[in-house]
Amino acid sequence: MSADVELENVWIRFGDFVAAREVNITIEGGSFFSFLGPSGCGKTTLLRAVSGFLEPSEGRVKIGGQDMAGIGPNKRPTALIFQNLALFPLMTVWENIAFALEVKGVGKTERRKRAEELLDLIALPGQGDKMVHELSGGQKQRVAIARALAAEPQVLLLDEPLSALDLKLRQHMRTELRAIQQRVGITFIYITHDQGEALTMSDNVAVMSEGVIEQVTDGTSLYDHPETPFVASFVGENNLFRGRVTEADAQFTVVDTNVGPIRARTSTKASLSKGDSAFVFVRPESLKFTNGASADNTIKATVHTEEFEGQFWQVFLDVPGGDKRIKMSLVNDGRQLGHAPGAQVDLSFPAELAVALPEGPLAAE
Amino acid sequence: MNSNTISRVFIMGFVLAFFAYLFGPLIIMSITAFNSSAFPRVMPWECFSIEWFDVLIQDDKLMLGLRNSLIIGAGVVLLAVPIGLAGALMLTQVSARLRPWYYTIVISPILIPGVVLGISTLVFWDRVGRMFNTGYESIFYDGIFLTILGQATFISAYSMLVFISRLQRFDPALEEAALDLGATNVQAFRKVLLPFLKPAMGSAAVLAFLASFENYNTTVFTIISESTLTTVLASKVRYGINPSISALAVIIVALTLVGAVFFEIAKRREDRAAKAAAQVAAGGRAQAARTYFAEPALMLFVLIFCAGLGTVYFAGTLGLDECKVAVKEEKKRRAAARIKERETLQMFQRAKPGQETGTGAVPPPQTGEAAKGTEGYQGIFAPGNLEGQVESDTGGEPAKGTEGYQNIFAPDNLEGQVGGDQEQKSTGQ
Repeated sequence: MSADVELENVWIRFGDFVAAREVNITIEGGSFFSFLGPSGCGKTTLLRAVSGFLEPSEGRVKIGGQDMAGIGPNKRPTALIFQNLALFPLMTVWENIAFALEVKGVGKTERRKRAEELLDLIALPGQGDKMVHELSGGQKQRVAIARALAAEPQVLLLDEPLSALDLKLRQHMRTELRAIQQRVGITFIYITHDQGEALTMSDNVAVMSEGVIEQVTDGTSLYDHPETPFVASFVGENNLFRGRVTEADAQFTVVDTNVGPIRARTSTKASLSKGDSAFVFVRPESLKFTNGASADNTIKATVHTEEFEGQFWQVFLDVPGGDKRIKMSLVNDGRQLGHAPGAQVDLSFPAELAVALPEGPLAAE
Repeated sequence: MNSNTISRVFIMGFVLAFFAYLFGPLIIMSITAFNSSAFPRVMPWECFSIEWFDVLIQDDKLMLGLRNSLIIGAGVVLLAVPIGLAGALMLTQVSARLRPWYYTIVISPILIPGVVLGISTLVFWDRVGRMFNTGYESIFYDGIFLTILGQATFISAYSMLVFISRLQRFDPALEEAALDLGATNVQAFRKVLLPFLKPAMGSAAVLAFLASFENYNTTVFTIISESTLTTVLASKVRYGINPSISALAVIIVALTLVGAVFFEIAKRREDRAAKAAAQVAAGGRAQAARTYFAEPALMLFVLIFCAGLGTVYFAGTLGLDECKVAVKEEKKRRAAARIKERETLQMFQRAKPGQETGTGAVPPPQTGEAAKGTEGYQGIFAPGNLEGQVESDTGGEPAKGTEGYQNIFAPDNLEGQVGGDQEQKSTGQ
């Protein structure tokens, strides 16, 4: 069973500090939803408001259409997976998993049976009698999930559960988490500062910055159609050109920048009009060396370094008047690039692959 | 010898001195428990004996005090541990601004002198007793009851400190996890926090018991007409002491050692289990855990303990009577020799009154005045009289030195010595 989670105009304040500002989100039942943002952006606070450990200062949290105000964490149909997992160290694995049943007063044989079923689900059959500290990091992770699932929640909340694992295991657990979510079919709300995790696992991602939801959409849209400078600079890599709008219509916007006028796609949400300060973002993989054919945009640059990364060539270039070095990623097609440092080159990119956004705060490097 | 060696020798010397300072008194006291001499001492050694343990067990007053101490200790544990736990939990609940104030208040009984606590307990419960108009046989005037209450006032603060240090290591996420999984607050406390605090409860209970057991300054007021081990011991020291107290000390030291060894073994087992578990988690093979009794350290300890106990028992009972008789004979012989010597001396002096009569190797210089003064007492104050009883004398000037005091206060002089005592004492003065 799964339930929608709705956050309606949620504000969370700690004294003068605003941890969440006017959050309006609807999370569809049975989906995998991620909150993505740098640490301290308020995503964990929102999660605690959903799980019931804190009440929003304003606004409402609804689960399955029911207002959760005044309902404690032990009465909500949610289960939280803590950042440090918070497995009970003095209990065996199966006792951990069956804890939710134990507090409900389920008999021991029934508890044990259910625990074994869940151990099978997380691919740890027969490990129930071990102590928690006898498990490896990834196994603990899965036990934590099983323990949460034993409570039969309608919504599973995960607070950066993979951050303590090493890279390989993290990648493996991503796939596994997604698989478990699809198997049990309940709503997963996932908190992370790792965009790789958010993009690979989620149906929808909400990007947060300083308590504000910047954008809510699916992974590809987030990457291809950022709506704020924060999202554009936080998700993936982007080259930034600053300038002033000279022309703007529903389709394209022309921004006069330090490398000359750039014609870029007009963002769907943001409205820009002539004379506004604007940012133009171009992905490193959208840039190409000019090959003679006509292009929407051509800029002049000086090669700084070329780095070979096997699959890609990373080329770093200086542009006149630019405050930051720009980056270009080329797929390795077997040809040597061979530009000497200091070589003058022309770069081009189509207008569809550049986006013009109103000036705004950027993600910290 | 370079400076490095010198500093090392110095450090070694310091360490030795430090340990001697720490354990010297304990060791000396333990040895005296096995000397048959009626006064606790090491020298002169008489007979190896365990009779003082017998005397200890026969001592009804002491045993009654011990019984009361145990009852009070148990009562204090039952009272102080829950209060300490509640106090520590409260500390985690009050707001950060109130916390220092709260802490200061609950910790203050430790800082208040025990004497004050004792008197105030007495006065307070007396008032309470008066209020209910109960007689002196009521519980408000019961020494054991009042002592439990009086001691618990500050011992619960001790146990609170134990709980606080354990609680600081508690991950609050565990409690949240329990709540999140549907547990009520009571369930979360009982199933998650309480098991976590179990070791602290053990430590707090032991600490509370020991603090209660050894307490004197509060107890001496609150105990009224009853007695505890400490109050009995205190009165014993005041009114005459024998080695049975040393025997008690030996028992307490032995129990402490046994406790320490068991604790150490338990700790090592735990460490090893944790290490083994880490190995298993890392993919290693699980090793079968040794049973408690297969611990080599424990077996060694039990062996040494039993051997020591057996040796002490046999050595302390076999041949004890013969030894005692021999010591007594020896004493008698010596006393008789001394008396005889003195008699000959006196006869000699009587024969030549007023004349110098040194008997030792070096005749003591005697002025005319001194000689005059002693004449009336038949020469018994003559310094040379002491010569005979100083066995290992260096032969200096006997009258002037401390030799005059040598041994005369030793209790065994009172045994098997006839007549000579009075004279000796006065000569010594």
